[in-house]
Amino acid sequence: MLALYSNPRWLSVVRGTVERLTKILGFPEGQCRSIISAVDEALSNIVRHSYRNRLDQPIAMYFRRTQRQSEGDVQQGLEILLCDRGPEVDASKLQGRPLNEIRPGGLGLHLIRQAMDTVEYTRKGPINRLRLVKYLSPTNNALRGRRDGADFA
Amino acid sequence: MQILPRRQDKATIFDVSGDIDFANSREVRQSVLHEIQESRVARVVVNLSRVNYIDSSGVASLVESLKASRDLGSRFILFGLSTSAREVLQLSRLIKVFEIYDNEEQALAS
Repeated sequence: MLALYSNPRWLSVVRGTVERLTKILGFPEGQCRSIISAVDEALSNIVRHSYRNRLDQPIAMYFRRTQRQSEGDVQQGLEILLCDRGPEVDASKLQGRPLNEIRPGGLGLHLIRQAMDTVEYTRKGPINRLRLVKYLSPTNNALRGRRDGADFA
Repeated sequence: MQILPRRQDKATIFDVSGDIDFANSREVRQSVLHEIQESRVARVVVNLSRVNYIDSSGVASLVESLKASRDLGSRFILFGLSTSAREVLQLSRLIKVFEIYDNEEQALAS
């Protein structure tokens, strides 16, 4: 578990953490970069939209191994849960904008959805929960043989 | 992150180093837009060879700068993109919108 305040200065620290974690888990380099980008964009969205750029609000991140059955094989993966205490998010606004217009803004959600296999938003009591999951392809399954479902931190 | 402008002939070159993310993309946008609007140089060139990571707010800053350049008749050029920066522009479907070169020599000779 990682607890931090909503100050963008911590973004680079989280990127470094996710980089090491994804490398250890055996994700290919390109997927490591896209997972780092997805987490970074999700955190930036929390700071910007949920907390409206306030620097002192709490964010909690949970990392755990997960798995799924895929075509008779077990695919191991990484689940990342981001929690904040901002106002409830209108889930219909979490789709990202079409990319056929050349204009700034609105790209973060697109990058998150491109990178991750699962992107789920839920509200539980006063907490916004964004669940991101990325599965390893069978050839990159460095987690195989380790204890399933264990938390990393 | 650091951004330093320098003049070369009819171009202003911005040397950017460090990651461009939500913490500092506003600084990039303000520096480049100010130069575009004040100097009216023929070319605005951004050196990204020392930028390892760029997020969507950084990309948005580049798009704003591109639009401001076009409005004022300047060319807006990027060079030295890292794999990560190139991937973000590709995923955003903006890679073909920008003039992109491998190095400074090519960017200035174009």
